[in-house]
Order: sequence, then structure tokens, then C-alpha cells
Amino acid sequence: MTSKKKRIKDNLITYGIVIALYIVMEILLKTGNLSSHLKGLLVPMTYYAIIAVALNLCVGILGELSIGHCGFMCIGAFASAIFSKLTADTLPDGIRLFIAFIIGIAVAALFGFLIGIPVLRLKGDYLAIVTLAFGEIIKNVINAVYMGVDSKGVHFSLNNVMDLGMEPDGQVIINGAMGITGTPRTANFTIAIVVLLLSLFVVLNLMNSRDGRAIMAVRDNSIAAEASGINVTGYKMMAFTISAAIAGAAGVLFSHNITSLTATSQYFGYNASIMILVYVVLGGIGNIRGSVIAAAILYLLPEMLRGLNTYRMLIYSIVLIVMMLFNWAPAAIEWREKVVNRFVKRNA
Amino acid sequence: MSLLQVNNLSIAFGGLRAVDDFNLEIEKGELYGLIGPNGAGKTTVFNLLTGVYKPNEGIIRLDGEDITRKNTIEINHAGIARTFQNIRLFHQMSVIDNVKVGLTERFKYSGLEGVLHIGRYHSMEKAMDEEAMKLLKVFDLDMERDTLASNLPYGKQRKLEIARAMATSPKLLLLDEPAAGMNPNETAELMDTIALVRKEFDMTILLIEHDMKLVSGICEKLTVLNFGRVLKQGETKAVLSDLEVIAAYLGG
Ligand SMILES: Nc1ncnc2c1ncn2[C@@H]1O[C@H](COP(=O)(O)OP(=O)(O)O)[C@@H](O)[C@H]1O
Ligand SMILES: [Mg+2]
Repeated sequence: MTSKKKRIKDNLITYGIVIALYIVMEILLKTGNLSSHLKGLLVPMTYYAIIAVALNLCVGILGELSIGHCGFMCIGAFASAIFSKLTADTLPDGIRLFIAFIIGIAVAALFGFLIGIPVLRLKGDYLAIVTLAFGEIIKNVINAVYMGVDSKGVHFSLNNVMDLGMEPDGQVIINGAMGITGTPRTANFTIAIVVLLLSLFVVLNLMNSRDGRAIMAVRDNSIAAEASGINVTGYKMMAFTISAAIAGAAGVLFSHNITSLTATSQYFGYNASIMILVYVVLGGIGNIRGSVIAAAILYLLPEMLRGLNTYRMLIYSIVLIVMMLFNWAPAAIEWREKVVNRFVKRNA
Repeated sequence: MSLLQVNNLSIAFGGLRAVDDFNLEIEKGELYGLIGPNGAGKTTVFNLLTGVYKPNEGIIRLDGEDITRKNTIEINHAGIARTFQNIRLFHQMSVIDNVKVGLTERFKYSGLEGVLHIGRYHSMEKAMDEEAMKLLKVFDLDMERDTLASNLPYGKQRKLEIARAMATSPKLLLLDEPAAGMNPNETAELMDTIALVRKEFDMTILLIEHDMKLVSGICEKLTVLNFGRVLKQGETKAVLSDLEVIAAYLGG
């Protein structure tokens, strides 16, 4: 079997896993077998899978370590939430959410591009530290901003709502650290899964294209890539921008799954970014399918183990170690390949 | 007009004049050897020719075009491809994908067509696969097309690096000690491959070699470098018989 066929099959397996997960969850939902607690975890699980895919594009495919990716998610969340709040009464839900996605993705991509210009000149540890700083800056700036809209236009302040000096018809959009309240909750599990599938489609197709190969060439040896006529800076910017854009899409899901959006450390700080990085590393660097699976398991697990308070972190740690072995131990890799080959052969 | 014309090229690192008043002319179709002891400045000449370093003085012309101030990428597009003394492959990519990276600028389709797998994507990818396989056959690597580059034996890695360089369709191919680290068998095979590349693609080649015996077998012309300066230049036979050269070797 040619590698091309194998690649197509591999990709279909990845989409299949996501669709199977969706169907199982939907059946459980429809038959009332899902606790309301678990129900509430479905959309977050999916957007964490999406941002893990985005980060793997940056870390695994481009080979640049970023620990500020939740900053892009934060930007996507706020940019889209501002739009949705402004148009809450004027646009129908579907169209509003669709445009919100475009805005969240575009603004996150723009920031990815702008931040990429200085950041991608750096290498290794420096890049990691600067992305971390940018992530924190984004979060802290949003926390400090007050924004309002009235008949005269848009007002900003860094002090308080009074300082916006709005007309009586004014509406507060971002209330400093209180964030944005009253955004319509229009995202749901189905939409989240569709966005995950689209993100996978973009990343997996990119990897099997001319641009994707150039990006991986930059990762493997940038000096040889340049000597082969590859525009190293350009391809780094491309991968970083697409990665930020996908993280932005995860942000749109985030802000449209809650009614009150705040730029807290819990969701947008470096801790959160590192948690996503854990998903990527344990799922396998450069292994897009692994990121989805790791994000789903590692996000759901601690939540589902809440009942077993004492043992919760113990079990979580053991799962981390098992996943690490499964992904990186040579024997496990060999075994996995055997299983996949058997599976693929049977279907070929 | 010569294909490559280098005049008065110099570069210094701190106080060290790594390449000093270097001149070189290579005609189309020639197989030209650049030899000299370790640290003579051979690799530095390659790095100057490919824009990795900017010279302090001098002019480099390729096919009449001044490429002295161009960067590495532009110089590749202008028609110079190279290999490295210490192999630099895209080690986590397959053999065929390494070559297809070299084809990037020759088979174009838009990023959108690439991400959506529409439009020219399929026809261009097919053309790239065919072109890459043609090259791999020349280098006897077609059976390993799906092997990871890092899993190839050493001799084949060297060949793959040449195949990737050829994929960019250069006018001039620079090979930096292609036989380094090879056993006599592999070396002999490599020399055959270089001869084949030259015939098949009508390629002009500048080859760095440490081992004089090896170079005397295949190169028509030689330049001998020592301490950054040209010691001797001309037809291989004449150069080799020059005692000064041999003295430099023994002394260096
Ligand atoms: N980037 C650099 N900075 C400082 N010195 C260098 C640099 N590149 C090469 N050199 C020096 O230039 C000299 C020639 O090196 P090189 O061209 O690699 O020699 P060769 O390839 O002939 O063995 C050496 O003394 C080397 O240390
Ligand atoms: Mg050298």
C-alpha cells in the first residue's frame, strides 16, 4: 500500500474517532444517560481539543514552542463576544454565530501575525518565554479595559465605567475585570464538533500539501530549507498565524458557551496554556489525532473523578504516565503500528 | 561566458582572513574540484556563494547575473543548490517528501487549494510525485520512497541530499565533501552517481573534496585553497604535478 493511501486512511480514522465520540455522546444525551455535570463538559472538551490541535500545529508541525496559546483563545473569545453582544437583538442566532466565528478567527489570526513578526525571530527557550509573556499581556490588558458603545460611537477607558463618558443611551460592553456579560449562549456540542472537524480538516490537509511540507522542512532543518529555496520566515508566519486562528475559533466556542466572559487566569493564563501543552506532548508531538484524544481524556478525567476526592490526583497522574509510555516507549510504538497495520489491511 | 564567475572574493572573521582574494571561473558542464587541507576555507567559499555569509569584498556572478548581495533563498532561485559537509536532511520526513520540498518552487498551487485539496492540488501533487520518483530512481532511492530520511543508511542519506538539491533544478550544484565518512565501496558508488548526474542532467558541479586521489579521478579542473588563499588553479593534471601543492598538503 502506498503512503498516500495510508495517509488518507489515517485521516479518515481521525475524523471517524471524532464522529464516533459525537454519536456516542448524543445517544447518551438523548437517552438521558448523561448527568447534567457531564453534559456541561462536552463543549469545553471539544474546544480544548481544538486548541490542542492548534498548538500541535505550532509545536509539532512548525517545531516552535509556544506557551501563550490561550492568549489567542482569549482574543478570539472577546472579539467574537463583543460582536455578539452588540448584535444580540438585531441578528438571528445562526447568522450572528457564523459572523462571530469569522471575527474571532480573523482577529486572533491578526494578533498571531503581529506577534509572530518579533517572536518568530527568536529560538527555543526565548520563543517560549516571549509567547508566555504575550499570553499574559493579552489577558491582563483585556482585564483592564472598559469599553462602551453609545449613539456617538465606541468609547474606551482604562479606569472605570464612568470614565467612558457615555450618553444615557450607552451600553457597557467590556466592564474591566468583570468582562462581558449577557452574550447569547448560542454554541452547542454539535457546532463545537463541526468546528473541531473543520480544524482537523485544515491542519491534516495542510500537512499533506506543498506549504505543509515546507513548514515541516523548516522545523527539521531551517538551514537546509533556505538552501532549498524555502522562504523560512514566510512559512513560520503562515503556520503560526493559522495556529492562532484555530485557537481563536476555540475562543469563539468558549465565549458563546457561557453568559459571563472574564479574562481569568484559570482559563487564559499560562497555567491553562501549559495544560494544553500537556495535551499536545502526551498525545504525541506532531500527532494531530493524539492531541484530540489526549485533550478529551485528560480534560474529562479529572472532572469525572471529582467524587473520588482523595485518589483523584493519584489516578490522574497514573493516566498521565500511562499515556506517556503509550506514546513514547519504543515497544508501545511498535505494538501500535502493528495494530494499525492489521486494521488497515483488513479494510483495504 | 562562464556559468560562475567569482572575482576577488574575501571575508574575514575577526582577524582571521578565512577567504582572501579568491577567484574562480567555471564553464557550463564542468566538474570542478575545490581542494585543500582542513580549515583552508572551502566550506566558507560555499557559504559565500550561497549567501550564508556576505563577503567583505568581491563579486559573484551566475550566468552573468550579479548575485553577491542576494540572500540564500534568492540564490537558490537564481540557480545554485548545495549539499552540506555534515548532512542536513529533513529527518522526520519521508525520502520522497524531502525531494518534494526541493520541488516546492517549481510546482505551484495556492495555499487555499492546498488546505482544501481542490483545484490544481491533485494534478500538481501527481506531477510532483512523478518528478520526485524520477529523481529517486537516478539515485537508486526509489525503493525507499516512504522511509524516514533519518532511517536511511549513511551513504543513502548523502545521495538523498544530492537528489533534494537537484530537485530545485539548479544551474550549478555545490557538493561539500560528499564522500566524507564513506567507506571505499560507498565512495566509488558515489563517484558513479556524480558522473551520472552530470551526464543525465548536463549539470555543472563544484565539488569540495579533502581526498586528492578521489578528486583527481573525476574533476577536469581544480582549485587548491590554503589558509584562505588560492594556491594553484587549472587543469587537474597540471595542478597535481605541482610540487608546491603537495608540499602544502604534507605540511598542512
Ligand atoms: N562563522 C565563522 N566564524 C568564525 N570563523 C569561521 C566561521 N566559519 C568558518 N570560520 C573559520 O574559517 C576557516 C575556514 O573554515 P572552513 O571554510 O570551514 O574550512 P574547510 O571547509 O576548508 O575545512 C576556519 O579557520 C574556520 O574556523
Ligand atoms: Mg569544510
